Amino acid sequence: MAIARLAWRSLWNRRTTAMLTVFAIALSVALLLGVQKIRTAAREGFANTISGTDLIVGARSGPINLLLYAVFRIGDATANVSWASYQKIARHPDVAWTIPISLGDSHRGFRVMGTSSDYFAHYRFAATHQLEFAAGGPFADLYDAVLGADVAQSLGYKLGDRLIIAHGLGAVSFAQHADKPFRVAGILQRTGTPVDRTVHVGLEAISAIHVDWQTGMQAPPAFRVSAEQARQRDLTPDSITAFLVGMKSRIAVFQMQRAINEYREEPLLAIIPGVALEQLWGIVGVADRTLMIVAAFVVLAGLLGMLTALLASLNERRREMAILRSAGAHPRHVFALLVAESGILAASGVLLGMALTYVLLLAARPFLAGRYGIFLEITGLAADEWLLLGAVVASGLLAGFIPAARAYRNSLADGLTIRV
Amino acid sequence: MGSASSNDNPGGGSALAPAIEVRDLEFGWSNSVTLLSIHAFDVAPRERVLLHGPSGSGKSTLLGLIGGVLEARKGSVRVLGWDLGTLSGSQRDAFRAEHVGFIFQMFNLIPYLSMLENVLLPALFSRARRARIAGAAARAEGRRLLRALGLASESLLNRPVTQLSIGQQQRVAAARALLGRPDLIVADEPTSALDFDTRAGFLELLMRECASAGTTLLFVSHDTSLRPLFDRSVALREINAASAEEVH
Repeated sequence: MAIARLAWRSLWNRRTTAMLTVFAIALSVALLLGVQKIRTAAREGFANTISGTDLIVGARSGPINLLLYAVFRIGDATANVSWASYQKIARHPDVAWTIPISLGDSHRGFRVMGTSSDYFAHYRFAATHQLEFAAGGPFADLYDAVLGADVAQSLGYKLGDRLIIAHGLGAVSFAQHADKPFRVAGILQRTGTPVDRTVHVGLEAISAIHVDWQTGMQAPPAFRVSAEQARQRDLTPDSITAFLVGMKSRIAVFQMQRAINEYREEPLLAIIPGVALEQLWGIVGVADRTLMIVAAFVVLAGLLGMLTALLASLNERRREMAILRSAGAHPRHVFALLVAESGILAASGVLLGMALTYVLLLAARPFLAGRYGIFLEITGLAADEWLLLGAVVASGLLAGFIPAARAYRNSLADGLTIRV
Repeated sequence: MGSASSNDNPGGGSALAPAIEVRDLEFGWSNSVTLLSIHAFDVAPRERVLLHGPSGSGKSTLLGLIGGVLEARKGSVRVLGWDLGTLSGSQRDAFRAEHVGFIFQMFNLIPYLSMLENVLLPALFSRARRARIAGAAARAEGRRLLRALGLASESLLNRPVTQLSIGQQQRVAAARALLGRPDLIVADEPTSALDFDTRAGFLELLMRECASAGTTLLFVSHDTSLRPLFDRSVALREINAASAEEVH
């Protein structure tokens, strides 16, 4: 269209201001699009924390509480699950596998989790990913530990290193299980999930280090049990903190969930991870919605910048408009010219912003994956992202109506000659 | 784009009507002051008329009325048979774009367009002007006009118009006014910024092109020495009964 060409030439004539305007819009669009991309990835990463598990079972409390301590290692369990109840459910014919979880101790700020070797066989994250070893392997001895990637990296552990587990969860603890040190038997590959920040030991090891402890205190020296003596004891725990359940068939999940929730002998709670994760995201998601609103306001600021630049140029362009009018342009042509200019500015801004987003995402990808476990897939734009960009261009066009209306009025008042 | 002459408008219009017919016209920027009071002023088709008078006597205002940019307080202005007072603002815009070419004293060109693009502007805005470039493509016609006005060289065609001399700029403006053979060309002091030699050359070219296109020319100037070049010359004070000075 001829007017658009004219608009383009006119903008090119003022290219310094036009480019600054375009760059401002591009930056704001890159921010908007980047926030949207990262929040989608974060949400997926969040939902990917645990997969393949059909039910999470713990003592009766709230579903989010159970999810937080069983999966995210945040907060504490209010009560435990008895070993008998666990065994009863684990042996149910519909149950394919279970992973016991025993929490309560820590190592230099990282949680220690007692579990069985089924953990390495059945735990899944990010849809189908299995836990893999960067070095070593699962527990071979009672006093073996398997470290998450973050634990190994930040504390500088290698295979064979010794570590001492602290009683309780404080980062600095004075009650140490110093008499029963552990050996690093394996280090896991990075998963981008709380597994990276966990020290894994065998369930029996948890029993062993507490064998001579009562009500949070180690017995007096005369009654202590050495690491080697502990091996001779029956280390079957009385209770565990929670356990994960994999069912043989998906259809049985709801039935089993109800059966556990109505279990008479002990107050238990079974949750479906996906549902609980959604609930949790509903709370966490407030932050990323806020970020999105901030980004939207930055876009608004970019468009206001464009509006300012166009309005400021109108006065010095009165003569240009008068010449166009004398060459036969109607005031509506002048209007269309200004709208076309803002459309070109907004559209160029959006295009440049898109390019900028991808450059930034490519650059930030290794960092986000390594540091936060957010795996960004460089894909095309999703439908809602196209919608966002369309909204920016539409707002740009709409904003152009303001200088256009002003130029329209000017050109009616000025006519064909302008006395400057 | 709507073309005024293609409608059955009560304003009427025919090829034989006077190019310009002003009757009992009164105009003032405010109601208390009357700047123009013209009983009758006519220009015949194809006539080349010089309207002269000192600066500030209302010449440009009269051109504004004839161009349909300004509206008369009283009386009628008919151009090519069309009573401008009966046309709406947008009809006057369409009428002007289709039938009238303008040349002003200076600053006639869009700085960011090339010489040729400047000349082609009327074809962009008026379908009738585009259509009248019968057969010939608009670009070819633009080049022909520029050549006729002595701006043939290719090096000029691609140079930014801001680098042209004022004389060259005015010739580009004339070529633009002539593009698509409008019925009337209104020139408001187009030569006052030119030196004597350039002025003579410019006028000669303008006259020749108007004659070959059959275009009526209303030429306004304070310079009475141009009189011999025109079919007729009119002093504004002879036709204007109002005595107020234009104040800007």
